[in-house]
Amino acid sequence: MEHTEQRKVVSLLVDNQTGVLARVSSLFTRRGFNIESLTVSATNDPTISRITVTVYGDENRLNQLLLQTERLEVTRQVFVLDDRKALQRELLLLKVAATVVNRAELREIASIYKAKIIDLSPDSMVFELTGKPDKVDAFLRMFEGYTILEQCRTGVTAMERGGMHQRMQKPPQEIRAVQFPLPGQSCPK
Amino acid sequence: MLLNGSQIFVEVLCEQGVDTIFGYPGGAVLNLYDELYKNADRITHVLTAHEQGASHAADGYARATGRTGVVLATSGPGATNLVTGIATAYMDSIPMVAFTGNVSTDLLGRDSFQEAYIEGITMPITKHNFTVRRVEDLADTMRAAFRIAQSGRKGPVLVDIPKDVTANKCEFTPKQPEPIRTVTTFDEKEVSWAADLINGAERPLVYFGGGVRSAASCQPLRDLIHKAGIPATYTLMGAGVVPYGDPLSLGMIGMHGCYTANRAVSEADVVVAIGTRFSDRVALKPSTFAKKATIIQIDIDPSEVNKNVQVDLSVVGDAAYILQAMLPKIKEAQHPEWMAQIHDWQAHDYHPVSDPSRLMPHQVIGEICSQCGPEAVYVTDVGQHQMWAAQYLRHTKSRGFITSGGLGTMGFGYGAAIGAQMALGRDQRVVMLTGDGSFHMNLNEACTAVSYNLPIITVIFNNQVLGMVRQWQTAFYGKRYSQTDPHRHTNFVKLAEGFGLKGYHCENLAQFQAAFAEALKNDGPTWIECMIGKDEKVLPMIPGGGDIRDIMME
Repeated sequence: MEHTEQRKVVSLLVDNQTGVLARVSSLFTRRGFNIESLTVSATNDPTISRITVTVYGDENRLNQLLLQTERLEVTRQVFVLDDRKALQRELLLLKVAATVVNRAELREIASIYKAKIIDLSPDSMVFELTGKPDKVDAFLRMFEGYTILEQCRTGVTAMERGGMHQRMQKPPQEIRAVQFPLPGQSCPK
Repeated sequence: MLLNGSQIFVEVLCEQGVDTIFGYPGGAVLNLYDELYKNADRITHVLTAHEQGASHAADGYARATGRTGVVLATSGPGATNLVTGIATAYMDSIPMVAFTGNVSTDLLGRDSFQEAYIEGITMPITKHNFTVRRVEDLADTMRAAFRIAQSGRKGPVLVDIPKDVTANKCEFTPKQPEPIRTVTTFDEKEVSWAADLINGAERPLVYFGGGVRSAASCQPLRDLIHKAGIPATYTLMGAGVVPYGDPLSLGMIGMHGCYTANRAVSEADVVVAIGTRFSDRVALKPSTFAKKATIIQIDIDPSEVNKNVQVDLSVVGDAAYILQAMLPKIKEAQHPEWMAQIHDWQAHDYHPVSDPSRLMPHQVIGEICSQCGPEAVYVTDVGQHQMWAAQYLRHTKSRGFITSGGLGTMGFGYGAAIGAQMALGRDQRVVMLTGDGSFHMNLNEACTAVSYNLPIITVIFNNQVLGMVRQWQTAFYGKRYSQTDPHRHTNFVKLAEGFGLKGYHCENLAQFQAAFAEALKNDGPTWIECMIGKDEKVLPMIPGGGDIRDIMME
């Protein structure tokens, strides 16, 4: 079996209740997937949360993991986002050491990347940047010569363009009559 | 009506058709046990020696009948003692609901006495689990637990109930049990393709597992193999689905399966895998498993498709519905050349040779079968005796072979035998086969068999060593017998007497024949210890990661 390591962004719609994140993430752990980023929040339906997971992994193994995730009672829908259609965004907060000397050059970087300066202190600045993960990566590379004091990325949150891709319910399962004997009857052959 | 949590607990159990539960009382479940005391005429509670025994008993009950097994334990150690039993049921997809008590909600998470976070502990070994924090949620949570345990791919569900929830009151509305929700839909087109592949096959083979039994599709499976003239091999979990003696049944496949079955799967041109998961004990080397075949997989769980072995066609759904839809599309056929080839392999297969100077496992099992008949229910522990039982037992009931397959739980047997006997009643003969290693783990349940006077016959294959591990040490570790020769001097006859049951010691076949005949007349439990050689091996054997070319026949 050839191994094709790929980065995938997966959207999971799950019941909004305690323990759901533990159930989902422990499955990922069990199959040895390292979660690169993970975001959770309620959706427009308050009983449902959306978990957006970014993982690297072998495609076959990942598909199998997603089927196992779908099998959880709390999971309503699992879908891998199509790279061409997916809107992916991430928020970065970055605190950089800044003095009067280099403040201007830092402001220039920020303005090119359309990052906001949300704090200015005598010896530091805090930037806020929203964008695709690679834009955030590129922005961070600009700070290689500077002293980063603190850095915080939210991880990817994503959805697909156009239409509606989420369905809030598991596909209905038909009902059939009880197949096993009630107490007191003999067991089936 | 206004009821407290404990009353609701009993009402919902009755509503769900539960007649027997297995368990062990304790502080956190005192309210529940008080209510069970008052309702002893509606629900039989079986008290075991240890919660693990209770969990295996609930499992055995479920395996013997197909109904959901129920176990009840207290918080903390009571709950953690269930873990092995729940994991055993999970690996074999057995419907079971485990109820645990817990400390009151205001004490949760404060390291209170006998507190354990059992919901977290059992998360990866249950289909789903719940903590009930409000008495208002209790009834519907219990109903959901029973529904989840039986729906789709079956499995265990745990419901954790804090003590105050069992005392608080709320309004209770009785409900009829929900019909079992399962998957009745499947892709008609895939079924037609599968039928075409089967009709066009020259060397077809059916390979099935425990899922066939779970789906209650034993008869459609038998119809399929007879109509299309397809030989069938089964996994450990599938034993009994096709009755012993069926000319199309090749026997078990896998690590300790017969040569014929393993050879057939490597030579077949179409393999139909039904309710089975290509585990590493069957598809020991996934890359060469059924190499020459087009593989069709029928399974209810889509996450099983392509998990271990890449298949060519998968039909996801309930095997009973799929096979019934497939049958009219199947042409009646015979495969004389293929069968002749199979008969030739069978003639060269491993057949144990009896040695009059010693007591051999196949002789013991043969004798058990001739005395009990094919309708007995056989329960095993885990190890060499389990494989011998799977290879040599001649039984015909689809639920006549109860064994821990996926998890391979030593100590499973006695609890499971108690569960099976309670489920099937005293008139059903239940025979438990065990080894001295497995039996030492949980033989404490003998006291339960005595309390309820269950006529379980336990046959102990005593080779005085941990035989299966020792066999591996012999074959692959240069006979360095690390910790497999425990030098125990347990006197099983005296121990049996100590428990208050009858024990026999046998060193030859004549003694065993006589002892077993007496055991059959015994009203209560019996142990029969059979002394066998420590160098007896389970054969054939394919080492882990190997294939048919690596098979060891001696």
